[in-house]
Amino acid sequence: MTSQLSAPKKAKDRAQPAPDAAPQRPRSRAWLLILPTIVLLVLALGYPVGWQLVTSFQEFGLKQQFGQPPEFVGFDNYIQLLSDSNFWVVLGRSLLFCLLAAGFTVIFGFLLALLMKQVHKSIRLILQIALLLAWAMPVVASMTVWVWLVDWRRGLLNWLLVKLGVDAQGHNWLADPVTFFITALVIVVWASVPFVALSIYAGLTQISEEMLEAAAMDGATGWQRTRLIILPVIAPVLSIVMLLQLIWDLRVFTQIKLLQDAGGVANETHLLGTYIYQAGVGSGSFGVASAVSVLMLLITVAISWYYVRSLMKEEN
Amino acid sequence: MRTKLATYSAGILALAAAVIWAFPVYWMLNSSLLPNTTLQSTTPHFLPLGGSFDNFKAVLADGGFVRALGVSLTVTLATVLVCLVVAFLGALAISRFRFRGRKSFILALLLIQMLPAEGMFIAQYKMFSSLNMLNSVIGLTVLYAAAVVPFTIWMLRGFVAGVPVELEEAAMVDGLSRTQAFLRITFPLLAPGLVASGVYAFLQAWNEFTVALVVMTEEQSKTLPLWLRSFIQASATRETDWGMVMAASTLVAVPVIIFFLLVQSRMSSGLVGGAVKG
Repeated sequence: MTSQLSAPKKAKDRAQPAPDAAPQRPRSRAWLLILPTIVLLVLALGYPVGWQLVTSFQEFGLKQQFGQPPEFVGFDNYIQLLSDSNFWVVLGRSLLFCLLAAGFTVIFGFLLALLMKQVHKSIRLILQIALLLAWAMPVVASMTVWVWLVDWRRGLLNWLLVKLGVDAQGHNWLADPVTFFITALVIVVWASVPFVALSIYAGLTQISEEMLEAAAMDGATGWQRTRLIILPVIAPVLSIVMLLQLIWDLRVFTQIKLLQDAGGVANETHLLGTYIYQAGVGSGSFGVASAVSVLMLLITVAISWYYVRSLMKEEN
Repeated sequence: MRTKLATYSAGILALAAAVIWAFPVYWMLNSSLLPNTTLQSTTPHFLPLGGSFDNFKAVLADGGFVRALGVSLTVTLATVLVCLVVAFLGALAISRFRFRGRKSFILALLLIQMLPAEGMFIAQYKMFSSLNMLNSVIGLTVLYAAAVVPFTIWMLRGFVAGVPVELEEAAMVDGLSRTQAFLRITFPLLAPGLVASGVYAFLQAWNEFTVALVVMTEEQSKTLPLWLRSFIQASATRETDWGMVMAASTLVAVPVIIFFLLVQSRMSSGLVGGAVKG
């Protein structure tokens, strides 16, 4: 991973002309080259986001579906939303789920990365292959397996619990919101850990063994070595994967939707994504759905800003 | 002595973790080979003893699967094609030209790449329903291409920048036109980058569920993930033919796993950027 990482970068340093070294290149041609990108993005994303912004200030419900022109109502949708206790429950639930999922993912990822550094090469390879397999699984395919594993009739989970002496025969874990979200949390963390573990491990490989040995000889304990040598080196990658996980776990939709399909109580298990889907496609309240969407986009941009800036710094 | 014990326990922990992470994938393969009568029995079978490929035959003979495969393949390949052309031009612009607005363009791309589909799909649904483009393969392709182009440009720009401009300039001194120099010298050197980007676009479009759920509403326009979903829905109320579902999931997953292993390192480096320096 690291060797591939460095190769293009070094070449780039050599090849890229200084900003003022290429005056003969026509600038209009550059705009011609990015024109297709701009057209595509405006068509597929720009227009919908604009429509959404406008609609979030309009009364746009079932009547408008049948041809009545939408009416501007100012911040009514937002006010209605913010005074709706159900929305606060969904928002709070989403934030809690996002924090728990991202937190567990980074902790497990970090621990697995440390493990990979500790163990023999062959065991490391086995673990890496297992992680890559889990990471590569298409989300819907992995969801069919998980639903089958927790199935209340013949799922492996209940069989295992019965073997362990728990009375779980025929228990439906998806019917209760708490166990529903624990199941969802396990699935989301399982799917997200590989990326985090392998990224952190790539960061760990930069720490030289000599440095750790020298520290150990000077009497540093394992914890001191972790805190004073390992953590500072991998701090940048740790903060980036944490940010990405927060952003990705806030938008989690597929897993929740499919667990609801498999028997969860939809009204008690909505997160932001499924809430928007329900409000818009489900009950036709496009004004409200747009308002939630706009809020969701704003939260995402706010969290992403730091990440995007750090990527831009690398570009300069 | 103590370190030896620590090494052993670390090894055991690592193996346990490997089992946990690989198990669902193994369970899918295992169940896909077992007949449904075996899967319905009270004790689970951990090895596909007495297994067969009957489940796979059943899936391949299923009209719904074949139709969804057709839709998925069309949308995915079209997305790869559109994305490669558009992203290639964009990557060329940002790595070979210094133009006004270049930085804002890159910043916009990176931000757009972070936007959640869930925050836009209601509007996309409305847009398509008013244009009569729900259930349209072209419509879904446009949405997918737009979703993958920003990251693809970001990934490709490193490859384009990796080909020294001097090579092109030398060819131009030798009498080739700018376009010729590009096509004959630079383009072949970019092949690995284009393959990696193409595979990335393939994976995204092939696996996508959320947007497809919203804009592909009719039975005959379902993509493979949507078709798989109908089994999950059915399992809520009645016994499902899990053997067949697992075989179908395997068929969906195998090309993805192979392709994924090809581009995994490039994707990671694009995402974590300069945080991991080799």
